[in-house]
Amino acid sequence: MSTDLVSRQCYRLLGRLVIYGGLVVLAAFYLMPLWVMAVTSLKSLDEIYGGSFIDFPKLVTFDAWAKAWGTACIGTVCDGLKPYFLNSILMVVPAVILSTAAGAMNGYILSKWRFRGANIVFGLLLFGCFLPFQVVLLPMAQLLGRLGIAGTIPGLIFVHTVYGITFTTMFFRNYFVTIPDELIKAALIDGAGFFRIFFSIMLPAALPIIVVSCIWQFTQIWNDFLFGVSFTSGEASPITVALNNIVNVTMGRKQYNVDMAAAMIAAMPTLVVYVVAGRYFVRGLTAGSVKG
Amino acid sequence: MSRSIPVKDRIGHFLPKLVLSPSLVFVFVGVYIFIAWTIWISLSSSRMLPKYDFVGLAQYVRLWSTPRWHTAVENLFIFTSLFLIVTILLGLFLAILLDQKVRAEGLLRAIYLYPMALSFIVTGTAWKWILNPSLGIQEVVNNLGWESFAFDWITSPTFAIYCVVIAAVWQSTGFAMAIFLAGLRGIDSSIIKAAQIEGAGLPRIYASIIVPMLRPAFLSVVVLLSYISIKSFDLVLALTNGGPGSSTEMPSTFMFTSTFRRDQMGVGAASAVMMLMTVAAIIVPYLYSELKEGGHEH
Repeated sequence: MSTDLVSRQCYRLLGRLVIYGGLVVLAAFYLMPLWVMAVTSLKSLDEIYGGSFIDFPKLVTFDAWAKAWGTACIGTVCDGLKPYFLNSILMVVPAVILSTAAGAMNGYILSKWRFRGANIVFGLLLFGCFLPFQVVLLPMAQLLGRLGIAGTIPGLIFVHTVYGITFTTMFFRNYFVTIPDELIKAALIDGAGFFRIFFSIMLPAALPIIVVSCIWQFTQIWNDFLFGVSFTSGEASPITVALNNIVNVTMGRKQYNVDMAAAMIAAMPTLVVYVVAGRYFVRGLTAGSVKG
Repeated sequence: MSRSIPVKDRIGHFLPKLVLSPSLVFVFVGVYIFIAWTIWISLSSSRMLPKYDFVGLAQYVRLWSTPRWHTAVENLFIFTSLFLIVTILLGLFLAILLDQKVRAEGLLRAIYLYPMALSFIVTGTAWKWILNPSLGIQEVVNNLGWESFAFDWITSPTFAIYCVVIAAVWQSTGFAMAIFLAGLRGIDSSIIKAAQIEGAGLPRIYASIIVPMLRPAFLSVVVLLSYISIKSFDLVLALTNGGPGSSTEMPSTFMFTSTFRRDQMGVGAASAVMMLMTVAAIIVPYLYSELKEGGHEH
């Protein structure tokens, strides 16, 4: 009996060991690229070419960061990532606000002011979430040209807002569906109108999903590359396009430290958002898989 | 504020639709009209600029007789199957481990998931550096004493596509894990207890009871990962730029180069339509079933 107990405890201990061992090894695997990016960006070029890529720098230097931010060359312009970082901010802020505002309104209407065909409309919108954007690139380029905003930041804001609305509408619609209809009916009887109900009942209750929507849109738009590379060039490019251009410079000795610093700079905003509000990020991520 | 009720009723009737319509118009034009427009271009003889004539399926014939497109389709097939299998197995494994009441679960989860917050361009840049044979992993292992160790897949036309798989798996596992974990948390723990009393070991319980119960999570993961893999463009561009040669070409990069770099707009549009049809074949039934079930719930 007692040996049985001992062996069972051994078995349990072994189980815990396997569990923690697996978790730690895999955690190391997922952290490794971030570690490599960070240490490489802090090394001098000589140390990179002379040493191991995974070691901590013998001499920490921020030269690569300064260069990536301010003086690295993209094409013939040597202003670093700074102007493109600014481009991305100028693009992402209005696009997030516009798409979230429109999504909130749409979600409110599609859940609380249902009309005949509302479900079909929602289904058609939902398909837009899964659109392979290659299929709209050509017409969109034409439209942007005709609107006179081809190759500009406002053009990108427009594109990201239009395709972002599909996601934000889904977020808000699925969230508002859970708010009881009785609340709306009571407010209607009390004389509140369409907008009044939206602003004083729905919006205050929607704070979590507003955060989810903003974070999701921010991450998507900041990380977008396809629209950026298709619709802009040169000085109007967002940061992802600029990063890719810096990395693909083929002249001279490859400056891996500058590449990694540039990658870190491009990744920083979304990483910060993830660290600060990871919970909401995960909710946005899994929203595509929950039932509508 | 003392409007008569009938007027207000009438306002109430059309106001929501009025408010909804502008953004709906934009989205419907941006999605459905543009799809039709692209299909139209794919049926025309457009090369550098769009030309609105009609040449039937000529561009599709050209597309399917382009060796580069065959490479792209083959790669998509290899990439999607490997990416799905590895990501799902690894994601499920992590979710099950995390579900064993471990310490620091929040921290570990955050570590597995943070790559999802990165741009594929960042991921591609990092992995390109890690996988490069002259200074990356290969060099480190060589210096440790194992001098014959070779890991130069990224420069090999045969193996470079597996590098794309590695980076994509690294980026997306956390996503699969999050969905599986949500599924696991929804399972009644008394089922596990009952099976344990019957004498079943934990691995068996998972294999024969728990995992089958995760079917809805599997469906979601498969659909969403397939979608990610079909549209994956930035990662390929940043990691291998379609090379060496055209060995890691994918439909998405093929579409881009045909349209914007090679002045073959008609072929590019045809390839985009092929991509759309592939995505639609997966997504439409999925959305239909999700919406139908959802409808029953409310």
